[in-house]
Amino acid sequence: MELDHAALLDAYRRMRMIRAFETKLTELVTAGKMGGFMHLYAGEEAVAVGVCQQLRDTDFVASTHRGHGHCIAKGVDVAAMMAELFGRATGCCKGKGGSMHIADIDKGMLGANGIVGAGIPLTTGAALSAKLRRTGGVAVAFFGDGATNQGAFHESLNMAANWKLPAVYVVENNGWGEFTPTEFVIPVKDIATRAASYAMASAIADGMDFFDVYAKAGEAIARARAGEGPTLLECKTYRFMGHFVGDPLKYRAKEEAERWIQTRDPLDRFERRTIEAGLVASSELRAIDKAVDDELAAAVEAAEAAPLPDPSEVTRDVYVGGAA
Amino acid sequence: MTRARTLTFGQAVNEALRIAMETDPDVILLGEDVAGGGARTGADVDEMGGVLGTTRGLVKAFPDRVLDTPISEMGLIGTAVGAAATGLRPVAELMFIDFLGTCLDPLLNQAAKLRYMFGGKARVPLTVRTVTGAGMQAAAQHSQSLYWITAGIPGLKTVIPATPHDAKGLLLAAIRDDDPVIFCEPKSLLFAAGEVPEGDYEVPIGKARLAREGSDVSLIGMGATVRMCEQAAEQLARDGISAEVLDLRSLAPLDEEAILATLEKTGRVVVVDEATPRCGIASDVAALCVDRGFDFLNAPVRRVTAPHAPVPFSKTLEDAYMPSAAKIVAAVRDPR
Repeated sequence: MELDHAALLDAYRRMRMIRAFETKLTELVTAGKMGGFMHLYAGEEAVAVGVCQQLRDTDFVASTHRGHGHCIAKGVDVAAMMAELFGRATGCCKGKGGSMHIADIDKGMLGANGIVGAGIPLTTGAALSAKLRRTGGVAVAFFGDGATNQGAFHESLNMAANWKLPAVYVVENNGWGEFTPTEFVIPVKDIATRAASYAMASAIADGMDFFDVYAKAGEAIARARAGEGPTLLECKTYRFMGHFVGDPLKYRAKEEAERWIQTRDPLDRFERRTIEAGLVASSELRAIDKAVDDELAAAVEAAEAAPLPDPSEVTRDVYVGGAA
Repeated sequence: MTRARTLTFGQAVNEALRIAMETDPDVILLGEDVAGGGARTGADVDEMGGVLGTTRGLVKAFPDRVLDTPISEMGLIGTAVGAAATGLRPVAELMFIDFLGTCLDPLLNQAAKLRYMFGGKARVPLTVRTVTGAGMQAAAQHSQSLYWITAGIPGLKTVIPATPHDAKGLLLAAIRDDDPVIFCEPKSLLFAAGEVPEGDYEVPIGKARLAREGSDVSLIGMGATVRMCEQAAEQLARDGISAEVLDLRSLAPLDEEAILATLEKTGRVVVVDEATPRCGIASDVAALCVDRGFDFLNAPVRRVTAPHAPVPFSKTLEDAYMPSAAKIVAAVRDPR
């Protein structure tokens, strides 16, 4: 898919929104305005946006506990997300999902997921659905390096390869599984090589480079749409913040994070490259920054003013037909 | 109603699957050996149709919609959940409910909760067919009655028919239900025969069946224990004790009104469950009788269940393990 001027600005807007959203959440949680377990996506924006910008509303993605970025990239309404994280009735899940289950299936977003690896078989099922119903759709799973040690990953990849499903399995290798370095728990250097066990196509992308992710995801999505089967796409990336909001980060050398942030920040790299190449103007990006900040401020204000769920909602939506 | 024929429980299940697939192109079957290897190779061999032959013939009728999976319960059940949430109406086969341990997450944390977590936006019209119970000397890992686990998970429905008639009608209802349903096929009933109407009909989920009317005591069973209750009622009748038999059919939702109605009528309940006694359906029914039916009770509620032990192999031990008509009669005669 060609990245024209409008598409480049849209990519920047999505990445900038993810970064600003996560930064805002850190403030809100630290100020005690928001509860629950929260895992932030800052640093990995190029992966979600580089993939999702090439998807349609009728394509499905399944996400992880670190799911805000995938939601924003897939087009879930930011105000509804903010309201959800404030636990309001106007949230995209009516205040019943929260950070680890944030979702909007109408946007093809099958949810963040509190269980590591659980979104992978859901994606396989969505891909089976697309294939059998001939929707022309693809299904994309985002998951971390840690999830590739789960049985769900291996069982899913085996089935998807066997059935040539229109799926893309995107592993966001951010170097850390919770508090443990990836190389301590995974014997292979490149997770992408695990695809060989399933005779599946694979690729490795620089997950800090929007353009590299975009190109390699584009090939994988095209392969899926053409009926040529699934791909395991490893994006090497980095988690700028802790495992969760409030993580004291005592287990990770400060210099390691600083090096990634100083030299490989996906937003900085996107900006440098596009401006140097004369593809966008600095003023255009600054205008997006302001628009994003304004939209977020309005989302927070609206969420704080929004009604709380009625207690009668506790037993609603358990079954399609109503309460048990 | 159309003509009824005699079919086995397994044949009734097969007929329901065929009707469901004929009437809705989004219904697919997936599971281990639901077709069976030879069927797709072009060789002149019959398909297996599942380890107990229940799905035989369906792959020939619907070659693109009967999918053999690898022996990957987590993968196949998880895939079925994802397919159900995105437009298909899958019927997944979990060969034996004992294998629930390998695929609990897709049911417990995904299928059961997607709709709720998404604020009512998702539907998961999934049916999981699974074989339950003892009686074939299949021993500890192929004989359990673990429906108490799924019945206890909000967001799932769990049904267990006791007759071929209800097997067909309940399975059609389960497949067409927009919520995930665990459909239990008691292995000791799979080859039992009974009258089954031709054509398309549903048995509503959530409704118990009064299998026998009586006035002195209510015997409440489910699945394979319904027949035991009926046999016990015959024996008791010879001694002048009139036993009513209620077949729960649906474990979640539970037909509380039918349970309370039979309790009100007889004043005594013996609940009979093939499962182990702790945290189970029998305890649930007993608790309901005490919570909401205390004023109707003329005697303590008795539970006749398997013991708190794994299912043994030896026929002698398996018989000792299982509830039976004799144990039910003894419980009725000894109200404590």
